[in-house]
Amino acid sequence: MRTAFSLASICVLAWLAPALAADKPDPVADQKAFQNFFIKKFPKVKYEDFVNGPYSMDEGLHRQWEEKEQFPPYEFAVETGKEMFATPFKNGKTYGDCFANKGIGVRQNYPTFDEKEGKVITLELALNRCREANGEAPYSYLKDEMASLTAYMAFTSRGQKMDIRIPSDPRALEAYENGKRYFYTRRGQLNFSCATCHVQSPGEHIRAEILAPALGIMNAMPIYRSEWSGMGTTSRRFLTCNSQTRAVPLEPQSDEYRDLEYYLSYVANGLPISGPGARP
Amino acid sequence: MSATMSVTRNIALAVVLVLAIAMPALAASEADFKAAFAAAEAAEKQADQLRNKWTTTETQLAAAKKAAAAGDFDAATAAAKEAEALAQASIFQATSEKERWKDMEIR
Repeated sequence: MRTAFSLASICVLAWLAPALAADKPDPVADQKAFQNFFIKKFPKVKYEDFVNGPYSMDEGLHRQWEEKEQFPPYEFAVETGKEMFATPFKNGKTYGDCFANKGIGVRQNYPTFDEKEGKVITLELALNRCREANGEAPYSYLKDEMASLTAYMAFTSRGQKMDIRIPSDPRALEAYENGKRYFYTRRGQLNFSCATCHVQSPGEHIRAEILAPALGIMNAMPIYRSEWSGMGTTSRRFLTCNSQTRAVPLEPQSDEYRDLEYYLSYVANGLPISGPGARP
Repeated sequence: MSATMSVTRNIALAVVLVLAIAMPALAASEADFKAAFAAAEAAEKQADQLRNKWTTTETQLAAAKKAAAAGDFDAATAAAKEAEALAQASIFQATSEKERWKDMEIR
C-alpha cells in the first residue's frame, strides 16, 4: 500500500515538474530563444545589423539609409546634447557627475535595476533625476532636450554591446517578467501587441512602412523619424506605438514602460549600441 | 367613396397613429443620456483600472458630452452606448489577455 502511494506521488511530481519549470522565469533562456528566433527567421541579416531596424530587412531601404548616414538627420541633436551635457547646472555640477565614467559610453548599461528603490531606472529617468537632484526642472520625456541628451549619450556609446543586468533580486525578475508580459499582451481596439508587429511581422509592410524586428530595437534609441519630422525618445516611441493600436498610452516612464524597456534591452544583450538612429 | 379610397384613408390614419405613439418612445431624453453616460463612464473606469483604455472609447465619450451640451440627446445617448460597448470590449480584452499573452511568447 505504502509503496503504491509513493509510486503515485513520484508519478505526479514527474508530471508536474516540467510544467512548473516552463512557468519559472528564466531570462537567460528567454534571451537565447528570442535571438535565435530572429536569426533563423532572417538568415541573410548579419547579427549586428538587427540594430538598424527596418533597414536590416530591405536591401533598397538599406542603401537609402547608407546615403542618409552621410548627413544624418540626428546630427543636430547630438551637437545640442553634447553642449547641454557639458554646460554646468546653476550649482556648478554637470550631468557627468550623476553617472559612472562621467556619463561617457554608458548607454549600454541602461535601463538598470536599482536595488534600493526596487525599480527599473531608464536613462531618461536617470537624466531627469540628475536634473532634479541639482535643483533643475525636469524635461519632457518625449523629445527636444531629452532626445538631444540621450542622443549624445548614445553616440558616445556606439559599438558598445548592450549589457543589461538582472540582479539576484526577486523584484528585478518581476520587473523583467512584467516587461515581457507587456510586450506580448494585446491591447487597443486593433487588438495588437508589440509582438504582433515586431515579432510576427518584421520586414512586412504596414501601409508604407517596413516593420522593424524587436531584436535590437532599443539599441538605436533615440531616433529621428521622418514621420515626426524630428527626434523622439524611447518614451515617445512607446506612446505612439500604443496610440497606433488605438490604446490610450500610459504616462511616460510609468512602471509598465520602464519594465518593457528593461525586457527589450535585456533580450538584445550582446548587440551593439547604434543610437541615435534615423527611421522613415 | 370607393372601397379602395376608404382602405387607403384607414391605412394613412393607422400610420399617423403608430408614429404618434412611437415618436416619444424613440426620442432619447436627457435622463436616457445620463443613464447611458453613467454606464459608459463606469465601464471606462474599470478599463482604466486594468490599464487598458481605448482611444475610441474616449472619442465616443467626448462625442456624447458634446452632443448632450448641444441638446441632441439622441446622438448623445447613441454615442454613450457606443462608448460603453467599446469599454466593455477593452475590459474583455484585458481580462482574457491575462493568460493568453503566453501563447505568443517566443520560447
